[in-house]
Amino acid sequence: MTTVTSNSINKEQLNFSISRYSLLNNKGELSEELPESIADMKQALHAYKTMVLGRAFDKKAIALQRTGKLGTYPSILGQEAISTAIGVALDEKDIFAPYYRDLTAQYLRGVSLKEMLLYWGGSEQGSNYQNCKKDFPVCIPIATQLSHAAGAAISLKVQGIHQAALVTCGDGATSKGDFLETLNLAGAWQLPLVMVVNNNQWAISTPRSVQCAAQTIAQKAIGAGIEGVVVDGNDYFAVLFAIKEALVKAYSGKGATLIEAVTYRLGDHTTADDADRYRDPKELKQAWKNEPIKRLQNYLLKHNLWNEDKERKLIELVASEINESVQAYLDEPKQGPESMFEFLYESIPENLYDQYAEAKYQRFQTEIDKM
Amino acid sequence: MSESHVKTLELTLIESINLALNRAMILHPEMVVLGEDVGVNGGVFRATEGLRDKFGLKRVMDTPLAEALIAGITVGMAAQGLRPVAEIQFMGFIFAAMEQLATHAARLRNRTRGRLSCPMVIRAPYGGGIHAPEHHSESTEALFAHIPGLRVVIPSSPVRAYGLLLSAIESNDPVIFLEPKRIYRLTKSNVIDNGKSLPLDSCFILREGKDMTLVSWGAMITETMQAAKILASKDIDCEVIDLATISPFDRETIVHSVKKTGRCCIIHEASRNCGVGAEIAACVSEFAFPYLKAPTSRICGYDTIMPYFQNEQDYLPSVEKIVDTVVASYASKKEAAYANI
Ligand SMILES: Cc1ncc(C[n+]2csc(CCOP(=O)(O)OP(=O)(O)O)c2C)c(N)n1
Ligand SMILES: [Mg+2]
Repeated sequence: MTTVTSNSINKEQLNFSISRYSLLNNKGELSEELPESIADMKQALHAYKTMVLGRAFDKKAIALQRTGKLGTYPSILGQEAISTAIGVALDEKDIFAPYYRDLTAQYLRGVSLKEMLLYWGGSEQGSNYQNCKKDFPVCIPIATQLSHAAGAAISLKVQGIHQAALVTCGDGATSKGDFLETLNLAGAWQLPLVMVVNNNQWAISTPRSVQCAAQTIAQKAIGAGIEGVVVDGNDYFAVLFAIKEALVKAYSGKGATLIEAVTYRLGDHTTADDADRYRDPKELKQAWKNEPIKRLQNYLLKHNLWNEDKERKLIELVASEINESVQAYLDEPKQGPESMFEFLYESIPENLYDQYAEAKYQRFQTEIDKM
Repeated sequence: MSESHVKTLELTLIESINLALNRAMILHPEMVVLGEDVGVNGGVFRATEGLRDKFGLKRVMDTPLAEALIAGITVGMAAQGLRPVAEIQFMGFIFAAMEQLATHAARLRNRTRGRLSCPMVIRAPYGGGIHAPEHHSESTEALFAHIPGLRVVIPSSPVRAYGLLLSAIESNDPVIFLEPKRIYRLTKSNVIDNGKSLPLDSCFILREGKDMTLVSWGAMITETMQAAKILASKDIDCEVIDLATISPFDRETIVHSVKKTGRCCIIHEASRNCGVGAEIAACVSEFAFPYLKAPTSRICGYDTIMPYFQNEQDYLPSVEKIVDTVVASYASKKEAAYANI
């Protein structure tokens, strides 16, 4: 083995940088005045209410799963600010490609709580959104949604539509080729794309440090030639600011942005997981101090935009909306077995007729049995 | 191994997989285990539970979330002196790994005329019936069976899971080892931890019979055995064969059985179109034709996408469906012939 000394060659230092945004501390104090683009207090109140609804829905969904009325469900606990800011920032005509912890963004896009319950309750009907008809459905194979969003961004660009595609994924997803390949293309083709990484420190039991050795995930953007931003993911205002900035950039043809929103998964990975097997309880306790809802509430209280009475009313309203949705979900009849065939192709191929008939017959049989 | 160390344990299928992994780690110092969440967490189904504590970080590796990477490094490790056993968390997420499996794992031996090979195992839970979200319930064993150079193995009981996993690990060919998760914890049986592997080139006759050969594998063995019992009460004596080694498969035993019974029915959870059942049916008609008293039938999942769990029971072949089909085929060859159009 030979050793090489470096002082013989001419070294030039190239510098790259990553910005980190934060505005709101745990006490609800701003580090500086709110930028005008996000200073609308009606919007902030709406976001707060949505986050509270999201958390209450989450609790209900877990309870439904525990009693056998819902399938495996991924909690959003502690990660409400990111998804809510996305929902607030996106324009109706933008295209959203969510992952499975985007409850509040989807809710703000117009996906109903009933649709979400149907989805986690094991029915394809849950992805047949009655609003936001162009949005992609929840994507289960990790990171595969990223290239769809790039495709959507290309489609916008080709059609000359000045909107953007926004896609989310977790920190674990950033290890997949799909993530890196999309990032690369987003830079090479200057796509109107916003990639938001919900870095909740875990991918099931795998900590962030096992995924990659980089100090931040945002810096992966440097290698792709696009802007990378780290943002405090429990700071609603900072997340909103970063996303709005990235969207404006995309709308004006200036390319893509990678936003790493740093947060913490306060729940289990899903209802099928038990985080006590691998997570230090001290770390969890510490993380609770930074949770996003209390923080925004502190801000609103401080500015006399919120009070106990309003909170009580909100909790009542949220509970009744959730209960109504749960009832509507439970009342929804199960699809017949023949539904397996009805959306497979544009029309049912002739050689599937016998199987289709059998499935229909199967449905008759169950109906007769019920009589 | 000295006899005094051989333990008999009452285990579920998942526990016997864990036991086989433990045993193989002891028998083969070059073996390593890798995958998503296989270390501290012991795998999402706990197949690798306890391995990291026992064998250390060097031999039990939590990987980044990247299936193409997992398959690729598995090929690399296998070609260079290790015996990797990788877990793909669910079969539905194996597609990113497919390129490495099809273009390299299956071909490295052939490409180098035997100079390099891939003694590796990819384990993945597969199949429906556990109330899971999308992509957690498919049965796509035929996709792998179609790739020359790969072995595909599916156990259907704790004992066979233990013996077949050991042989998959000992095999110097790449093995796709698919675990029927619906029966991971269904029943327990006595497993002898003697380190003995089962052959990778023969199927298992689970029940002898003279009237009809039923061929199945994986979780569907449960329904097939139940159906055989009901059929026996209807005076139809079924021979039940667990295919177990899906590819290459033991044609001889099946053909031999059908020559005896004159009838064959294949039962699998996967879709019918181009499923493994088609290959078996073709072999039966090619090699046992003069002995056939009825057309060979297949009872399979529909040729549809595996539905979300509200409808998964509508998709999965039921005991009644097996019984009805066998009765029809047994009663009249003519009728059965029409039913199969
Ligand atoms: C391709 C693929 N591999 C594995 C899985 C199983 N799985 C589901 S979620 C998950 C961890 C994802 O972690 P991360 O991207 O950080 O998102 P988080 O769940 O933490 O929000 C894994 C491994 C999957 N859904 N898709
Ligand atoms: Mg994560």
